[in-house]
Amino acid sequence: MSEEEVKYKIYVNSRDLVTPGDILAEGNVEALNYPYVIKEGNYVVSTVVGLVDIQNNNKVGVIPLEGFYYPKEGDMVIGIVEEIGVTHWEVNIRAPYKGVLTASDFLGRPFNPAQEDLSKYLNVGDVIIAKIESFDRTRDPLLTVKGKDLGKVTEGTIIEVDPSRVPRIIGKKKSMLNVLTSETGCNVVVAQNGRVLIKCPSEELEAILILAIKKIEREAHTSGLTERIREFILEQKILRGVIKSDKVL
Amino acid sequence: MTKSYEKPKLMSEDGKRHDGRLPEDLRPIKMEVGILKNASGSALVEYGGTKVIAAVYGPREAQPKHISIPTRAIIRCRYHMAPFSTHERKSPAPSRREIELSKVIREALEPAIISELYPKASIDVFIEVLNADGGTRTAGVTAAALALADAGIPMRDLVAGIAVGKVEGVLVLDLDELEDMYGEADMPIAAMPGKGVITLLQLNGVLTPEEFEEALQLAWKGLKKIYELQKEALKKRYTELSIES
Repeated sequence: MSEEEVKYKIYVNSRDLVTPGDILAEGNVEALNYPYVIKEGNYVVSTVVGLVDIQNNNKVGVIPLEGFYYPKEGDMVIGIVEEIGVTHWEVNIRAPYKGVLTASDFLGRPFNPAQEDLSKYLNVGDVIIAKIESFDRTRDPLLTVKGKDLGKVTEGTIIEVDPSRVPRIIGKKKSMLNVLTSETGCNVVVAQNGRVLIKCPSEELEAILILAIKKIEREAHTSGLTERIREFILEQKILRGVIKSDKVL
Repeated sequence: MTKSYEKPKLMSEDGKRHDGRLPEDLRPIKMEVGILKNASGSALVEYGGTKVIAAVYGPREAQPKHISIPTRAIIRCRYHMAPFSTHERKSPAPSRREIELSKVIREALEPAIISELYPKASIDVFIEVLNADGGTRTAGVTAAALALADAGIPMRDLVAGIAVGKVEGVLVLDLDELEDMYGEADMPIAAMPGKGVITLLQLNGVLTPEEFEEALQLAWKGLKKIYELQKEALKKRYTELSIES
């Protein structure tokens, strides 16, 4: 790299709050996560409300704080069956497009629509955990349930959160998720499309967990959240009489 | 309110307008983001007595399907005045004026939205005027841009709107209903201030070319102020929360 190529100027700091149209940098800077950051001529511009993310001093991105789910190949999603076709189901995955799950994929064998009725296996309103097998601009996302922990959901509660908060609910190296599961004893599945499936040993714990997840959603942009959530769960446990307070105080 | 058909005095001798503002002053502006729970994004904007709500839904599957475009998302916009928004009840059915404004507001927003990202989908913008006191279309554009940003839809820049006009020979910024009704000219403008691109410009009345140039400069001043207020409104939710916690 010659000296002229590295000429650039970054106008923002890491974790700065930016809005659409804010100029982040000028010159030879790499834009990290299109479409949240775009190049306009010589400028790098933010397109959403989000926090600045600077890597290696010359790569600029924005982590969106508002948003909706946009399907990506390989994502795990929780979907709700919306329509039954002749050889496939159409599944709501909270995206601009409906997910398509083929009968042969779900049943794991060839399917003859003349002999069988799909509503026997999955009906409208049923919940599935699936993976996005393929998706591009020309076709709707194709789902698959082949794989570990995928398939029809028969028990538990579903919470919907803003999809942009999903990384925070999981946390760095699953730190937040570990706090949630270990402190409450619940089974938590966080899908990329912002649906969270929880299975809890008791109603109180379920209520606490839901409150904790909603708290993460509200305060996703603040730091030191994992510890605050741990304290919050403890407080709620005492408040609801799940554990005795003299143990802690 | 009593109705007088005589033109009221709109400019006083000391150069102040009928409500005490100077020609280049804006009315008190209030903006709030994320006010509706069911919408993907929403905003409330007040320019003085004008009060407008905008709600954005999507990107979602285009309904009916045949209206979708394979290369980009379609943007639909409805500007509507509530029956109670005016002095005399307004019929809730979309009027010729509302249909036109829906179109021009949509065209004011389209250059900002990166619609190529979401082929076949639709982005629906609803603008509801709760109280009309002049400048509803510009307040509508401002609110819609905030609601789009609140929905997390990638945009090249925010869009801000403001009106300039001529009242008793003086160029003024942000006209209210009275000034609009009895003034000589009214020119609503919407633009992406960060990029310096005008996306909506209408003119009702007469301005000389020189006055037009001057009015445009005045509008840019107002637009820049509104643009800053928009950014502030978007950031406010997060900064407030950080201080709290």
